[in-house]
Amino acid sequence: MSEPGTYPEAAPAGLIRKYVFSLNHKVIGKQYYVLSLLAVFIGTVLSWVMRIHLAWPNAAIPGVQFLSKTGAPGGMLTPEYYLQLMTMHGTLMIFFVVTTAPLAGFGNYFLPLQIGAEEMAFPRTNMMSFWVTFCAFIVALSAFFVPEGPPLSGWTAYAPLSALGQVAGPGQGTGQVLWALSIAIFCVGQLLGSINFISTTLDLRCTGMSLMRLPLSAWAWFITSCMSLTAFAVLLPACVLLILDHVAGTSFFIPSNLVVNDQLQPRGGGSALLWQHLFWFFGHPEVYIAIVPAIGIVSHVLIANMRRPLSSHRAVIYSMVTIAFLSYVVYGHHMFVSGMNPFASVAFSLPTLAITIPSTIVVLIWIGSLYGSKLRINAASLFALGFISMFVSGGVTGLFLAQPSLDIMLHATYFVVGHFHLVMAVAALFGIFAGTYFWFPKMTGRMMNETLGKIHFWLTFVGAYCIFMPFYYLGMAGNVRRYQSFVDDFMAPLMPIHKFITIAALITGFAQLIFLYNLIHSRFWGRPAPLNPWEATSLEWCTPSSPPPFDNFGGKLPVVYHDPYQYGIEGGNNDYVMQNSPEQINSARDER
Amino acid sequence: MAITVHEPSHTTIGQSKPASSSGGGWGGVPSSAAWLRLEDSSPASRTGVWAGLGAITMTFAAFTSAMIVRQGSSYDWQHFVLPSVLYCNTAVLLASSVVLELARKRVSAFLRGQVKQRSTAMLTLWLTLGLGLLFVGGQYVAWMELRAQGLYLATNPSASFFYLFTALHALHILGGLCGLSLVIWRFSKQVPTLRISTLSAVSYYWHFMDVLWIYLLILLWMRI
Repeated sequence: MSEPGTYPEAAPAGLIRKYVFSLNHKVIGKQYYVLSLLAVFIGTVLSWVMRIHLAWPNAAIPGVQFLSKTGAPGGMLTPEYYLQLMTMHGTLMIFFVVTTAPLAGFGNYFLPLQIGAEEMAFPRTNMMSFWVTFCAFIVALSAFFVPEGPPLSGWTAYAPLSALGQVAGPGQGTGQVLWALSIAIFCVGQLLGSINFISTTLDLRCTGMSLMRLPLSAWAWFITSCMSLTAFAVLLPACVLLILDHVAGTSFFIPSNLVVNDQLQPRGGGSALLWQHLFWFFGHPEVYIAIVPAIGIVSHVLIANMRRPLSSHRAVIYSMVTIAFLSYVVYGHHMFVSGMNPFASVAFSLPTLAITIPSTIVVLIWIGSLYGSKLRINAASLFALGFISMFVSGGVTGLFLAQPSLDIMLHATYFVVGHFHLVMAVAALFGIFAGTYFWFPKMTGRMMNETLGKIHFWLTFVGAYCIFMPFYYLGMAGNVRRYQSFVDDFMAPLMPIHKFITIAALITGFAQLIFLYNLIHSRFWGRPAPLNPWEATSLEWCTPSSPPPFDNFGGKLPVVYHDPYQYGIEGGNNDYVMQNSPEQINSARDER
Repeated sequence: MAITVHEPSHTTIGQSKPASSSGGGWGGVPSSAAWLRLEDSSPASRTGVWAGLGAITMTFAAFTSAMIVRQGSSYDWQHFVLPSVLYCNTAVLLASSVVLELARKRVSAFLRGQVKQRSTAMLTLWLTLGLGLLFVGGQYVAWMELRAQGLYLATNPSASFFYLFTALHALHILGGLCGLSLVIWRFSKQVPTLRISTLSAVSYYWHFMDVLWIYLLILLWMRI
């Protein structure tokens, strides 16, 4: 690890050290963000291919044959290749998008700025964590280019089929090993990043920046890093064991007397459930690793646009901490249909129901604080509102799935697909969009186009509901998930809904091109941004330039005098007081 | 459903009163940003190494639970006697920690200017490195002993876990040896660039490897 205090005063001049192997947290944050953009693009295209195949199973999809001649001959997906694409869609979206962008992307860029530090605690470790993550990304994608392609076992890689090798299906040999290797490498990158985030938050805060004066986004990154540290530390050994089952002939996850494809498997004695326990001990905190940073970002954006602090700053922090803690003791709700002891199901069901309490507290605080506020409507605040909507629409159905008696009926259906896409995937994406529209002026020195941003919001908001709400209806109608076709069975009458979803997915996907155009066009030709365009109070807006200089604050670290959200202040020129402003505020709010 | 809305209190700005600053930790202040430039103090290194040790603990806890579940899931678990060289290795590792503590005191004294000679400090650092290498070599001897008995990684789940635990621990020891090498390199320069915080971080890590090894030895002794 590099040492704090060795931070260079001047930016490196060379192209490689400045933009590629940079030690600067802002460059690394942007690298993570671009990586996520790339991953979300590939993941979206994969989902389009899957959706088109689901809606028109006999149609050839132009271009897909280039992905795999055997998996998609003439552009027609085989059932196995559908599952292989599904695996890669889930893997890319969950690991490289919703885990990477809100935490590693925005967190790297803005955590040091928000706490008044000139760098992350360990810049070299930071650089290493990005490039390790990038390697994981390349290894994951390389599965497309090996014979038989990527694995078909889904992003959860359930054993024993994920541990058996080629006999379990196409992609289950080399493809599955590459998948496990990619995730293991990704875990290392996450662990390095988490150590950095935790050390930075605890030790690099500027004078006056107590923990309770941290903005909610900084709190969210800190809490998420603690989760990430402990959750990925468990997924890593799970992947190591899985790789050993493949390449070393061990039998950790392969039970005895297993017959696959009419072949009795020579190895045995292992436990398939062991994989699920290890995976979901990571997997459920992972849901919150994706969503808690978005909660922080959305709170931060909303407060600046409401021009008032949330009704309880501490309650949001304590709720996020409670969510983080409970996320470890609810993981068994993913395994209600896995043959667990029924008593264990109850033990996992109760905390799952309980975790809705802190989530509800946060939502009520948002809504309560919004009530009566003069909300500034812009793309960032719209996406923040959209996040609340998605979080609630997806979260409410979690109450159904938390109960084993209902989950047994719904578990293998599209109901679950709708649930986790809304509460985790779309909500996290809305958090990323809110953060992008809000922080873009600071990151680039230019404003994004608001009109395009609003059009992007409405198309995405309506589109996301058109895609994912019908999943609930499909699930309640008994439409099972992970099937590649529904034309020849009792689910055939549901095909019109599938076609509707596919059309909505295509339109919503294309609507993202507006965002991409806005992002690129504004980066180079956008209106120059003022230093503090949103009249916000936290330290990232007090830098001497946009984007901030190499050392963030121009050689002089700020001193913090106030809580992070001093809005609605009367008696001055502005209705806000920045955290580093020495003006005294006669407010009970500041005496915490 | 009724929602209580807490209106933020109306506040006013004072004109010229001096600013107050509270904070730091939960209620106090991080004493000063100046610590960033201090030569001998770096809380971030300490926090970082503790966070890293937390992650390592979780990793080995996961492996332990996997071992317990795997042993209980089938009747194919075969017990075998642990190679006796492991006990010698344990003594070597513990000795390395003792020597590292001596090194830490001597290096600190030199860096603070309390002692002029650095040869003793350097010797203890090299000794720690040597003992660490000896430990890894001893572990290799243990693997060779098992191999001679026909116990390979995939022979039996008990052997799988033995190789897994010892190899991963040895990997972490190698990481510690890299850290020690860094410490020696920085300390051996004409004007040492070593920070006490770096040495402390490496020491915490190294001692933790002792604790981890004792835990693993007891676990393996009980289960295998």
